[in-house]
Amino acid sequence: MTDARSKIDDIVKANDVVLFMKGTALFPQCGFSSRAIAILDRLEANYETVDVLQDPEIRNGIKEYSDWPTIPQLYVKGEFVGGSDIMMEMFESGELQELLKADA
Amino acid sequence: MPMPASEIERLITAGIPDAEVTIRDLAGDGDHYAARVVSRSFAGLSRIKQHQAVYAALGGRVGGELHALQLETAVPNTENTSD
Repeated sequence: MTDARSKIDDIVKANDVVLFMKGTALFPQCGFSSRAIAILDRLEANYETVDVLQDPEIRNGIKEYSDWPTIPQLYVKGEFVGGSDIMMEMFESGELQELLKADA
Repeated sequence: MPMPASEIERLITAGIPDAEVTIRDLAGDGDHYAARVVSRSFAGLSRIKQHQAVYAALGGRVGGELHALQLETAVPNTENTSD
């Protein structure tokens, strides 16, 4: 396991709900990250965020970790859930609420 | 670098031959698109796998050359579930 991969793995395993994003929850730096935060806030989820812009190793490593080319990326209980489009679909269908509730 | 919608559609259907692709240019700048891709090949796949299939068809352009592609995938609703 590369350093980046094990660093990401530690973060994903240590946090039940974690969003890798561009910017912070208060100041998202990209429309897609902003949308992801809006969904989590709407669901009143308890979540951690990782600003990939602060760490090039994580920014590149996360794409390989999940085999997913874009950011944001949501992980719940160690599992990759998806990016902001999937989050929106799951929010609209009620699945994300269920997933996060199961986590509480 | 802007990419025409027709090129995105061509790449997706080259990778997923039965795909019905609908593309909307969200900002009119050739760089922010929404794509809806419907294919029988998505049957039984998780959303993540369906999106990954589209990203694979686009050959690494998403997240690079193609910054913003809002993606929605679906299986045709006439899908015969007995097969």
